[in-house]
Amino acid sequence: MRRGRSVGRASRAFIVGVGESAYTKWGAMTGQSELGMALESVAAAARDAGIATTDIDGFASYSNDANLPAQMQFGLGVPILRHASMVWGGGGGGLLGAVAHAVAAVEAGHANCIAVFRALAQGQRGRLGQGGKPGPTFNATAPFGLLIPAQQAALMMRRHFHDHGTSPDTLAEIAIVCRENAQANPRALMRGRQMDRAAYFDSRMISDPLRLFDCCLESDAAAAVLVTSPDRAKDLRAVPVEILAVGVGGGQAWGMGFLGGHNMPVDRYSHGNANELGAELFARAGIAPDDVDVAQLYDAFTPMVVQALGDYGFCAHDEVGRFVASGALRRGGSLPINTSGGSLSEAYVHGMNLLIELVRQLRGEALNQVEHAQLGFIAGGPGVAPTSAAVLARRSS
Amino acid sequence: MNYLSTNMPAPVPDIDDAPFWEAAARQRLVFQRCGSCKTHRHPPSPMCPICQSTRSEWTEAPPRGQLFSYTVTHVAPHPELRDRTPYVVALVCFPTLDNVRIVTNIVDAAPEDLKIGVEVELAWEPIGAEMWAPRFKIVRGPR
Repeated sequence: MRRGRSVGRASRAFIVGVGESAYTKWGAMTGQSELGMALESVAAAARDAGIATTDIDGFASYSNDANLPAQMQFGLGVPILRHASMVWGGGGGGLLGAVAHAVAAVEAGHANCIAVFRALAQGQRGRLGQGGKPGPTFNATAPFGLLIPAQQAALMMRRHFHDHGTSPDTLAEIAIVCRENAQANPRALMRGRQMDRAAYFDSRMISDPLRLFDCCLESDAAAAVLVTSPDRAKDLRAVPVEILAVGVGGGQAWGMGFLGGHNMPVDRYSHGNANELGAELFARAGIAPDDVDVAQLYDAFTPMVVQALGDYGFCAHDEVGRFVASGALRRGGSLPINTSGGSLSEAYVHGMNLLIELVRQLRGEALNQVEHAQLGFIAGGPGVAPTSAAVLARRSS
Repeated sequence: MNYLSTNMPAPVPDIDDAPFWEAAARQRLVFQRCGSCKTHRHPPSPMCPICQSTRSEWTEAPPRGQLFSYTVTHVAPHPELRDRTPYVVALVCFPTLDNVRIVTNIVDAAPEDLKIGVEVELAWEPIGAEMWAPRFKIVRGPR
């Protein structure tokens, strides 16, 4: 078993409810505001758990979600708010950071039941990735026409090809796996749009080597999970899913990583800023990457799956090309990923749909169910700072 | 013709990176170096990550660097770039300057000329009123 330096201990908190709004292409959600979608996703998670929304007493989010805790509290009728937190940083890096905040608050006894949510209606708030904020990083990138995450990921991926022997075939396989997984999922925006290798390579080049189908969807979507204590979890409707370990952070000199000035440490330039985080996470969970039955790897762009596979130790960076080509990521493979279609083919809501899917897999309720799934792994956006990840486990009560 | 439109978003220097852009306006490429332990860093920032000194110096880059990575962008990410695609965004490193890399463009290269590790040299271009951008071209011929 892989062992890293242990920091802290395994978490003692559970995910007991999951919920989402309808998912649409960006701009198609015309009858409901982004706030309405956020509220609906949390209300759906409460129904799923079998609790009243008035039992929720905290909110956690990330990536500068615009729907404020006070607005969420008002709509859901929460009488007393006991926790409200936001994880800094973009790129979906804070996905499990928001869960980490919720776990910490529940374990400390500061709050009882926290809704971790993300609402992202790009048709209402404006499309993401259309240029950054003023400052030295913007000055160092925008005047040179480096403006959108697809270009930034392309620079990183080209170097990964060079350093680690990955190739366009690696990216194609990741995109195809996600697309196939979407076909059984009625929520998936790419359901009914099958894609083979030829169709992938026919898609237009955005920023070489990234093609259109290496880039995630742009959606109007909201999704939420509820985090609570072991005591509260044991009486609820669903199979409780335990948060074995969760972590948020990163290494020195990552700045904003590939979304920033590209001065990450030279020997890890094309990696995901998760080497240390991953080692500590698996040590806390008391499992090895090989023990994972099903994984959800943040996939705003196909290169992020490459980063996560290498950094979290599912294989060495030099082995990623071979590992992916072996079919390991497919259903029936050794590490099925993004089983609902992911950000590439279900919807893009900064990964919160990936977390919901992992919970459904561990409950045994997923559409593309991985048989006997007991241990699940999820990576938030890699290559940015902070990044985050979690290990979840099925616990039959 | 300028490699990219001169109506692109222009740098708006702040306290930390003003010396970089003041030098660029004079067509000098300078990088920030710690005033105490002499470690280089980029983009500019207020504290040395090695010794936590807040004193900075600015040192001139070597005339040549190496191509560290690149992408050929085919879909314009800004309206001003619609007639400039495809264009090359590159990372150039300077092996003598610690871990410093700069985002830039390679102005004279066909995509097939691009190869990680090739030697490049500065090719300054004006980008609006009294500002210049440090772009690069591939070093050709005998060294």
